[in-house]
Amino acid sequence: MTLVLFFYFAAVIVATAILVVALHKPIYSALSLLVMFFHVAGLFVLLDAEFIAAVQIIVYAGAILVLYLFVLMLLNVRADEGYHQQFRIGLIVGLAVLVEAIFVLGQSGFADRDPAAVPPAAPVPGNTEGIGRALYTTYLFPFEVASLILLVAMIGAIILAKKGIFGKEERGR
Amino acid sequence: MVSQTAAYLSQYFSIFLFIVLAIGFGVVTLLISNVVQPRLDTEEKLSPYECGSEPISDARNPFPVRYYIIAMLFVIFDVEMIFIYPWAIVFDKIGFWGLFEMIVFIGLFIFGYLYAWKKGALQWE
Amino acid sequence: MIQTALNLIVVLVTIGVVMAVVLLHVAYLTYFERKILGWMQDRMGPMEVGYHGLLQPIADGLKLFFKEDIVPAQANKIIFTLAPILVLVPALIGFAVVPFGRDSIHLFGLTFRPYVTDLNIGILYILAFASIGAYGVLLGGWASNNKYSLLGGLRSAAQVISYELSLGLAIVGVLLMAGSLSLVKITEAQNGGALHWFILPQFVAFVIYLISAVAETNRLPFDLPEAESELVAGFFTEYSGMRFAFFFLAEYANMILVSCIATILFLGGWHAPFEALSFIPPILWFAGKVYFFLFFYIWIRGTLPRLRYDQLMMFGWKVMIPLALANILVTSVVLFFIRG
Repeated sequence: MTLVLFFYFAAVIVATAILVVALHKPIYSALSLLVMFFHVAGLFVLLDAEFIAAVQIIVYAGAILVLYLFVLMLLNVRADEGYHQQFRIGLIVGLAVLVEAIFVLGQSGFADRDPAAVPPAAPVPGNTEGIGRALYTTYLFPFEVASLILLVAMIGAIILAKKGIFGKEERGR
Repeated sequence: MVSQTAAYLSQYFSIFLFIVLAIGFGVVTLLISNVVQPRLDTEEKLSPYECGSEPISDARNPFPVRYYIIAMLFVIFDVEMIFIYPWAIVFDKIGFWGLFEMIVFIGLFIFGYLYAWKKGALQWE
Repeated sequence: MIQTALNLIVVLVTIGVVMAVVLLHVAYLTYFERKILGWMQDRMGPMEVGYHGLLQPIADGLKLFFKEDIVPAQANKIIFTLAPILVLVPALIGFAVVPFGRDSIHLFGLTFRPYVTDLNIGILYILAFASIGAYGVLLGGWASNNKYSLLGGLRSAAQVISYELSLGLAIVGVLLMAGSLSLVKITEAQNGGALHWFILPQFVAFVIYLISAVAETNRLPFDLPEAESELVAGFFTEYSGMRFAFFFLAEYANMILVSCIATILFLGGWHAPFEALSFIPPILWFAGKVYFFLFFYIWIRGTLPRLRYDQLMMFGWKVMIPLALANILVTSVVLFFIRG
């Protein structure tokens, strides 16, 4: 049952990921990205990582993709043919990377590993509690670094916006 | 352990079923309604509504950048909010340093927030 | 194998009952909204269909069902159709984790629980799907290719994401006290009468939640996305027939959902306020509290004027978010010293 669900999620993720780059209208790309995020969340659920699944939807689907949509509508992006002319080059590069990935995975002995020997991600229930404990006791320092990075991101975003967009708005008046 | 995992998966399977049924409800209702409703299209009826006058230009014009800035700030604030959740539920088990950590975190959060306020990013004209 | 099939039946029946109850409540919420607004304005409200207009929602539903569903010529047809579904589905599936009562029902040897499922991350699940509702509105407004729709959709999306922050931060105060994200466990943490409900220690969070929830559902006085006086009907200006009905259903289902969550987080869910009153079934307590919030919604609609959009955004970013952050800090420090 778990395996069937895994292949369903994996197949949809691959299909929608291809659609994101293959579709001509950006708004459809955004929608297939939305579907993909949900199925990635499904994969996380299968891995017992329910907190990460929720974060996947809240942050990626609920925040980042909304930002993308705003940008699409802000710039009024129309169908863009520019990227679709690189199809052949993309195909060759993609195939090369695929062959390489298969080769590396074959070498690593990953396929020979017994799946039953791998311990589950976290004891159910209390996945979120586990993350909380680990993050706020063992990994205190990385956590504070993350908060600093977020601060830098915020300041950077505001400075860029002030330079590029606020400036343009004033000139437009 | 096995039964616990099974219980966990069955919880999410119910959610999965609920999503499928809700989408099914939406699609089926629209389809049936589509069959039973009349279709009398006229050119006037299909033109965008603009209070009775002839529509002027395309509606999809670029809109004020304010919305974009709000969305950008939202992404960052949302990530910070997510960090607070796991802390909130283990709060009473991690002692003083856990509390101290979060006060530092929220302090940095407020610092960034005040910066955004000062730079006028929260201003809506 | 038989056990699995039986479990599946139980889950399907529970989902069906929850969806039916929610949709029925949505229908009659529209009726009571019109009635209560009528009474507040010294009118009768709907009176024609059935006794005191009781069949009005059914008549409305049938009418919308058989009405022509106009797709404007310049609209993007796929997204125009997808948007109402994308609004309705998140509004419905949020109810999957709401515990409506305490006791399981035993029927034909099967056990029906008073909720579809109890997730460890219940409240995050609700937040996750609440943020998805913004898409339908944004995409619906965009696909219509109408200026009012687009502006309404944008306004709505910006408003929803802004107030989602203060909503999410307000909930943290409750989580600090309950120590769990599961809605069942949060309800159980408020056991022991009205004095243990989180509304008392978390009154600030309660007020923030209530205001943010009104803004999240685009209700008056925060209904700028569909401000009739300036945007015709906002993001659903071009919608008609069943697709229009979906936006309507979603708005009212969302109202009921945020009322349920408010009940669980702050008013003790299905708990009775006093031990002496616990002979009344828990599910009725739950319903009563939810109805109180729904009445509150209609009441403020009948009382308050609409805000201006810039006031609304500034209020969200400059008042609600700092308040919610301060609430988290104060709650955690006080709790730390109380619990030692």
